[in-house]
Amino acid sequence: MADKSSSNAYWSANIRIITVCMVIWFVASFGLGILLRPMLSGIAVGGTDLGFWFAQQGSILVFLGLIFFYAWKMNKVDAEHGVEE
Amino acid sequence: MDQYTLNLIFVGGSFALYIGIAIWARAGTTAEFYAAGRGVHPVLNGMATAADWMSAASFISMAGLIAAVGYGNSTFLMGWTGGYVLLALLLAPYLRKFGKFTVPEFIGDRFYSQKARMVAVVSLIVISVTYVIGQMTGAGVAFSRFLEVQSDTGLYIASAIVFVYAVLGGMKGITYTQVAQYCVLIIAYTIPAIFISLQLTGNPIPGLGLFGTHLESGLPLLTKLDQVVTELGFAQYTTLNTSMFNMFLFTLSLMIGTAGLPHVIIRFFTVPKVSDARWSAGWALVFISLLYLSAPAVGAMARLNVISTIYPQGTQSEAVLYEERPQWMRNWEVTGLLKFEDKNGDGRIQFYNDKNEGFTATATERGWAGSEFTYNNDILVLANPEIAQLPGWVIALIAAGGLAAALSTAAGLLLAISSAISHDLIKSYLNPNISEKGELLAARISMAGAIAVATWLGLNPPGFAAQTVALAFGLAAATIFPSLMMGIFSKRVNSMGATLGMLAGLVVTCAYLFTYLGMFFIPGTNLLENTASNFLFGIPPASFGPIGALINFGVAYVVSMMTAQPPQDVQDLVESIRVPKGAGSASNH
Repeated sequence: MADKSSSNAYWSANIRIITVCMVIWFVASFGLGILLRPMLSGIAVGGTDLGFWFAQQGSILVFLGLIFFYAWKMNKVDAEHGVEE
Repeated sequence: MDQYTLNLIFVGGSFALYIGIAIWARAGTTAEFYAAGRGVHPVLNGMATAADWMSAASFISMAGLIAAVGYGNSTFLMGWTGGYVLLALLLAPYLRKFGKFTVPEFIGDRFYSQKARMVAVVSLIVISVTYVIGQMTGAGVAFSRFLEVQSDTGLYIASAIVFVYAVLGGMKGITYTQVAQYCVLIIAYTIPAIFISLQLTGNPIPGLGLFGTHLESGLPLLTKLDQVVTELGFAQYTTLNTSMFNMFLFTLSLMIGTAGLPHVIIRFFTVPKVSDARWSAGWALVFISLLYLSAPAVGAMARLNVISTIYPQGTQSEAVLYEERPQWMRNWEVTGLLKFEDKNGDGRIQFYNDKNEGFTATATERGWAGSEFTYNNDILVLANPEIAQLPGWVIALIAAGGLAAALSTAAGLLLAISSAISHDLIKSYLNPNISEKGELLAARISMAGAIAVATWLGLNPPGFAAQTVALAFGLAAATIFPSLMMGIFSKRVNSMGATLGMLAGLVVTCAYLFTYLGMFFIPGTNLLENTASNFLFGIPPASFGPIGALINFGVAYVVSMMTAQPPQDVQDLVESIRVPKGAGSASNH
């Protein structure tokens, strides 16, 4: 195992990335798809509004982007901290 | 060639393929039986995970559920995909690094407690057994509809097929069969979806067609749908007709539940490296989205198609004559999933929302005496190719696809059950000195036993089968997910805290469900009526998962703070699962 301080730095970098991703995860689904939909009702998308699109398509696409971003970013962070496999 | 022969060829062909794979991918060691020897490519594992996850409910029922309610049931779309973000970021890489075989094993080692491990085993078995009942009955129904055998006979055939590849190949056999099953089910789902989207909107991509223009009327498809459903007294398709609070909580419940389902989690034990576990979760969601992005389009378009079949000249004109109904209606009437009753005796099929009191005046004025047409939501997917007038082989493909979805999920669940029995109960508790060969045999016998129990439950489905899905997701959210997360993200949570936290989550969740749905779901034994006005803070039983999770987190944290911190070797274990370095191959202790 790497020494204590570098593994702490690695873990806090990981927590930071996870936090940012979870905020986006929440906003795309619970936010734009549910809670904020009334505020987005002015933005028309194909016969309905942006909130409907986020609930049935957009949130899934954002989830996809998030998981791949996380995998890519963490591979880089692993290498920077010398903890890659 | 007639439809029956086509169905037989497609279903028989797909089964021959699964058996072939089973013989090729036999398991020789426990590492192969439990984790496919950790040699599965991340993309293939993603495909297998997608098949493992997408059950008869996703394949057959989800589009129909969305069609019935519209926007409000987007909960299923967001909930069943959003859970993968939790899995990919919070659980999968660390559990892969841990490098053992089962979910209870992690809980037992991390919380250095046999008790914690046994609580996890109990939750796992309740969750998975509950879930497998639906898959077996789903397979039985698909057999009886498409192969015209008795539902019971269908169930025996399904069990026999699963028996061959699950007992022989374990996780290895299941993984590669699931890859094949994914291909079958996604082709079966997508082809009719593309055609129906082309017919209605001219756009070959269903997810885009949903927001496209309805060719016949020139209106946006969803505007057209809103218009025809409201003209028949139904609630608007694109608006929220329940409360925002319910929608929020139910979505959260499905997400956390998804991330806590043991049969999905163990799929990430099969890849070679930690980074592969991260990529693999992404690939799993890619393959899942191929179906999930199409499903809302299939639902909306099928609903519009059903209404235009019944009102060929538009909803303001006369309904179709019963004698002139199309062939697909005749076919499905035989199954009882679609019914017509001529209440006003005019020989036409009037279909509208007779529960809407505001619409009664309009209905009376038009001479209607109640809605005369009912259909089971499931037929929207199953009859889709017939509604879109596609050739017979597409219908046969749907039959093979529905069976692939049910069997792949059943096999994944059975593996989770059998590994919990042979590895967590027998190897770790009852007989720790069992040899590698002995454990492999025990795993096979447990698998056979689990199949027998699942078949029996499929033949004698408890009347509460539908209710128990809430239990599976609720328990996964209240027990497995919080314990795993705390085990990874906190070094402070100790044995006592985790065990009591899990027990509290388990007990409170069961108590809440039993209060409204009956003791052990036995009808008539509920303490309070299952209506919104009785719910604690307005929380429906099906949405209780996040509350159970909060209770687990809270109890575990408070108890841990009041008792000694975990020993140094456990803290070192947490340090080591947090970094990918040194994951290595299968560890068989």
